[in-house]
Amino acid sequence: MGRPLIHRSPMPGLGLSMGITLTMLSLVVLLPIGALLLKGANYGLEGIWETVNRERVWAALFLSFRLSLLAALFNLVFGVLLAWVLVRYRFAGRRILDAAIDLPFALPTAVAGIALTALYAPNGTFGHIAASIGWKIAYTQWGIFIALVFVGLPFVARTVQPVVEEIEREVEEASATLGASRLHTLRHVILPMLAPAALTGFALALARAVGEYGSVIFIAGNIPLVTEIAPLLIIIQLEEFNYDAAAAIGIAMLLISFAMLLAINLIQIWSRRRIGHV
Amino acid sequence: MSDATLQKGTTARFRSATEESPLARRALIGVAFIGLAILVFAPLIAVFAEALADGVSAALRSLANPDALDAIRLTLTIAAISVPLNAAFGIAAAWFITKFDFRGKAFLITLIDLPFSVSPVVAGLCIVLMFGTNSLIGGWLVAQGFPIVFAMPGIILATLFVTFPFVARELIPVMIEQGRAEEEAALTLGASGWRTFWTVTLPNIRWALLYGVLLCNARAMGEFGAVSVVSGKIRGQTATMPTTIEMLYQEYLSVAAFSLAAVLALLALLTLLLKTALEIRHADQLAATHRH
Repeated sequence: MGRPLIHRSPMPGLGLSMGITLTMLSLVVLLPIGALLLKGANYGLEGIWETVNRERVWAALFLSFRLSLLAALFNLVFGVLLAWVLVRYRFAGRRILDAAIDLPFALPTAVAGIALTALYAPNGTFGHIAASIGWKIAYTQWGIFIALVFVGLPFVARTVQPVVEEIEREVEEASATLGASRLHTLRHVILPMLAPAALTGFALALARAVGEYGSVIFIAGNIPLVTEIAPLLIIIQLEEFNYDAAAAIGIAMLLISFAMLLAINLIQIWSRRRIGHV
Repeated sequence: MSDATLQKGTTARFRSATEESPLARRALIGVAFIGLAILVFAPLIAVFAEALADGVSAALRSLANPDALDAIRLTLTIAAISVPLNAAFGIAAAWFITKFDFRGKAFLITLIDLPFSVSPVVAGLCIVLMFGTNSLIGGWLVAQGFPIVFAMPGIILATLFVTFPFVARELIPVMIEQGRAEEEAALTLGASGWRTFWTVTLPNIRWALLYGVLLCNARAMGEFGAVSVVSGKIRGQTATMPTTIEMLYQEYLSVAAFSLAAVLALLALLTLLLKTALEIRHADQLAATHRH
């Protein structure tokens, strides 16, 4: 035996805190996920593949992933901009903007969903304007994109903000003293420092968007092959008591989530090596 | 947000070399304002505008409807049960992780974070497969007269799943930063474990705990995807506020749906207000304000 499993410690409460932690974790998270995987194992790889390998399922998975990627990219750019503006500039209303970024975390997704639909439907405030130039937003992929931008909005801004706060002015001064223009400094000195945090936020926003359900289903229109997202397919299968098929799609989505979680961890390890902290 | 980086007003006529031109600065602030106005403020205003479309009394009348009242009562009950359970878990997990050294700590933290990257619908599905009538455990429990799925326990489990990391994530960084010295001192002076926790640890982490509980509560009251799957959405029994909003909306009862939505939106605003107040007054004791 090398290192002991648990080091001796004078701290009290080892049994109690470990007991509560592991019991809750198992009961609430691990056993249910295990039940899904077990269902998948019983169904067999072939069965899973047969369920997933249908035009409608592929279309939904591809749609969820593609629009989530686009929404996360939008949030990557806008989130870095927000973080920069909120940390570096002082202006009236800054506190309100800062607090507003977290609204998508606090506002229930169903509320966001019906609110966005009311705004972007053809008779809504924004939908009306868009319709006048022949642009349909609600009940198209544009609507899904907007809902996914909304739910992913806080991630990049919130991960980048503390990093902007920590940038030392000396670095920028050095760059300026050496003759770099402000734009050059931003591109070659500041953006590289923000990149790891921004990527982490991007991956978090992406993971959130791929699984998002509540804010999307109202505005999506849910037309099979066109605006039907993957989580909705699971709901449809469940309503038909088709548990095997629901489990198969659930496992496919779980695998995508795990892949993204792994990517987030790799990004963090990589950037920790590169700049010493994340 | 530390104000240490705040640049004192630049009185010099020439622009500092570490600042953007005033024009660029104004343009960036403008983009931030317009972007957030369209993305965040407009939907928020839309909720209240739609709720009040037929006047205040129509909105209030729709909230007094028995189905709406049942939904509000159920959502409050769910939050009252799941948030304290989650807080207890968060404290226990943070204590276990920060006060002891053991192998696999990073893996344990990853597992606690796992629910953040699982779709709420998949979370609901997992609970249905585990405790549904078709499953081994679920079938047995139903035979004992204790159904989980399509009943209150299932909604609580789903809520616990999606809010699982909230409190623990907030407490762990704060407790790592505070170290173990104060607790060790209390123990050396003869305080019991519980007394050490109540009089030494808890005062140190109370604001972080409140912060985590606040966010956990907002999510618990607003959860839709996972609850949709496990609750069965039975009116008057398992329909929570968010699922009732969906049903009303699909029945084209716009004012009723948005009135209930407005109640949740007010809750979200209150959450943000308290959260901002905490961030301003107790920034040094929160993980969120100096998270990396």
